[in-house]
Amino acid sequence: MTEPLLRASGVGKRFGGFVALAEIDLDLQNGERLGLIGPNGSGKSTFVNCLGGVFPSHDGSIAFAGHALHGLAPHRRARLGLARTFQLPRPFAGMTVLENVTVPLLYTGTPNAAEATARAYACLEQVDLAPRARLLPRQLSQVELRRLELARAIALNPSLLIADEAMAGLSHSEVDQILALLFRLNAAGTAVIMIEHVMRAVTEFSERLVVFVAGRKIADGTPRDVLAMPEVEEAYLGTRAAA
Amino acid sequence: MSEAALAAPPGLAAPPRGGHAVFWGGAALLAVALIAALRLLHNDYAWFAGYFILQYVVLASAWNLLGGYAGYVNFGAAGFMAAGAYTTIVLRKALGLDLLPCIAAAACVSGLLGLGMGWLTLRLRGVYFAIATLSLAVVLHTIIVNWDYVGGSRGAYVVPSRDTAPFVTHGEYVFVVMLVLAVLAVGIARMVEKSRLGLGLAAIRDDERAAEAAGVPTLRLKLIATTLSGALMGVAGAPLPHYSAYLNPEAAFSLAYGVNAIAMPLIGGAGTWAGPVIGALLLGTLQQAATVMISSALNLLVVGCVLVAFVALAPHGIIGLFRGARR
Amino acid sequence: MDPDLALLLNGIVSGLLLGGLYAAAAAGLAVSFGMLDIVNIAHPALMVAGAFAVVVISTATGIDPLLAAVLQAPLFWLVGAGLYSFYNRAFERRGDEALHGLAFFFGIMFIIEVLLVMYFGADQRFVEPPYAYVTWRLGDIDFPLRMLVPGAVAMAAIGALALFLKRSFAGRAIAGVAQDPEALRLLGIDPVRIKRLAFGISVALAGVAGGALVVVQPIDPWSGHVFIGRVFAICILGGMASLGGTVIAAFAFGVVENLTATFYGPSWSPAVAFGCLLLVLALRPQGLFGTAP
Repeated sequence: MTEPLLRASGVGKRFGGFVALAEIDLDLQNGERLGLIGPNGSGKSTFVNCLGGVFPSHDGSIAFAGHALHGLAPHRRARLGLARTFQLPRPFAGMTVLENVTVPLLYTGTPNAAEATARAYACLEQVDLAPRARLLPRQLSQVELRRLELARAIALNPSLLIADEAMAGLSHSEVDQILALLFRLNAAGTAVIMIEHVMRAVTEFSERLVVFVAGRKIADGTPRDVLAMPEVEEAYLGTRAAA
Repeated sequence: MSEAALAAPPGLAAPPRGGHAVFWGGAALLAVALIAALRLLHNDYAWFAGYFILQYVVLASAWNLLGGYAGYVNFGAAGFMAAGAYTTIVLRKALGLDLLPCIAAAACVSGLLGLGMGWLTLRLRGVYFAIATLSLAVVLHTIIVNWDYVGGSRGAYVVPSRDTAPFVTHGEYVFVVMLVLAVLAVGIARMVEKSRLGLGLAAIRDDERAAEAAGVPTLRLKLIATTLSGALMGVAGAPLPHYSAYLNPEAAFSLAYGVNAIAMPLIGGAGTWAGPVIGALLLGTLQQAATVMISSALNLLVVGCVLVAFVALAPHGIIGLFRGARR
Repeated sequence: MDPDLALLLNGIVSGLLLGGLYAAAAAGLAVSFGMLDIVNIAHPALMVAGAFAVVVISTATGIDPLLAAVLQAPLFWLVGAGLYSFYNRAFERRGDEALHGLAFFFGIMFIIEVLLVMYFGADQRFVEPPYAYVTWRLGDIDFPLRMLVPGAVAMAAIGALALFLKRSFAGRAIAGVAQDPEALRLLGIDPVRIKRLAFGISVALAGVAGGALVVVQPIDPWSGHVFIGRVFAICILGGMASLGGTVIAAFAFGVVENLTATFYGPSWSPAVAFGCLLLVLALRPQGLFGTAP
């Protein structure tokens, strides 16, 4: 068996007395499509923040692309190819859409300004934002902001993309847009962890589904198997009806 | 990647070579013209008034490197400036050094101060850095007040050099020195703004966490900005003992420096190199006039009120007002 | 008693008394900075304004300065509420607090100080309540009333605030708004109103602290400056939102400062205070009582 792209072992995180995450073991292979679901407050975002380096101190260990991530600052993880988007889009509000995507390129291997700008434009083309390149983020629609987040992540040439609720609040066709983007990205070789509440997207996209409840992993398998589990249905009362 | 994409928007790829030449050439011409004009005036006071304003151009530009570009507020500009001034006093007294080497030394001392303080506090939120800068200014003030070698609270005298050729008077000499420093400071601020560093700092200002996730080495960039900003603030203060042949801690650590360092960039327009220049010219002239005509307390009141008005109503400063009017 | 021991004990005692004053000054900040995350750098300036107000009222009417300080608290509450309304509309709504909000309070501080200079002049002012020169002695240890009484009043005020925050509905809403403004909205409580109430309280406390300040020492318009770093340091040391932590940190600060002044000279004590702050920020930014990030 090949070395997994991502290996989380015994990851846990406490805030004072509150246990947000406990004993999470998770492996991810190259190019895999993993869905991560769970009720609000189940620790999904905490887990993402541990992966991303926002919470530098946590129990357990995380290895990515053969590197131990312990002690690595977020920007170093990004350089290793670990990209993430944020639940609420966080664009750089004071600069153009194009400059938003130029920033990561400048700092991850393309220090030449002209070259970085050209590559940024290409990333924008991948997410169909090229016509909006000279606008400011506040002039973009919600789904366009999500695409900008993805463009910024793509600029890192990631081997893993963590899409944190990238489809929250979007319409049916907008969800399809984002889904198509993620499929394209995955086809090019990027593993994707999709954290979502939009069940349709998760079931369509994931090869594998993981469920967090109250900071623990309670299920890990194919979407069909996992969604059939009584514990999962219990944690997600009404899931079947909503999907 | 299509040809169209490569040829696409300017953004950072804007023609740098032409732009830089225009700036430096223009600045040099302006400087020469200014000196010639003031010489024609035959008024020694003009040199000193000019110095007063130009030191603020340096100070405001320096503050803006960290405050406007990166969003980290330095409340202790007076401390960095005084460090520069007292470096001059110490080196003059100990080694008899002339002004120019003192300026270089002041840059090193204040730069190191900035680096040290940044290293201590920049891992935390911006507000902790702001408070730490204030604390640093107080610590430095206390050290100087207790340090007899530099005169403690009684102050120190610096005997101005007799020979000021090719300058006509001592006043012209310090003015020209500060003019050169101002051109350099603004030039550096402009180069930083248009560089990769500038864009990285802007990303930090807009959303530091997102910048981290995008691969920007935020701590390193912040440290560079703090060091550079500190060094330039020290440079702004280095000629001060030569300007006013006597210097005491109260003058060196004056609150006016601290408040103006913040007010001028914010009023002129933080985030770009031209804002501090506009703010310094405007507020500096205003304060010179006010000190002469009214009391210095009232002039500081005006600064305070203008600052509050601007941050509340015109957060992007004067430059922001112009940009908004154009759209 | 051995004279050195007496010196030490007296240094500790006056440090504790001084700490009482510092606690008064910092308690308001625990509310505005600790709970509301508003960096009101003008807090000490407001305290000095309160001190001047007390001087005026006390010399005009003969009322005890500390009583005057407590009586003027509602007025300061109004000032605080007004400041917060402006701050909220101008900065919080735009998300501009980091740079512009900070600069705003800096400007306010400046304006207050300059107005004080213009109205009162640069000279020092003081008050002389009847206990100003009375000192209780316990063996070789001195308890100057000029410090003991303000300290006691400060502790009473802080105690009242703590009770208010714990027991009253509004008080618990204040504690809640810091952690989860959304939850408050769901309960039908407007977070802005709660924050305005809280910020008003913090400025009211500053006014009371001003009264305590002017009893302890003479004041001039710039007296607030040395307090800026102190009160923020104490607030950070105390773990930010904790009133109890703030009080303990204030006492510790007072003792360290005072012992430094006693044994190494008073001109060094500001450096000690701020040096401590820099160390705390470098080594343990969550304070003595906070939890690590």
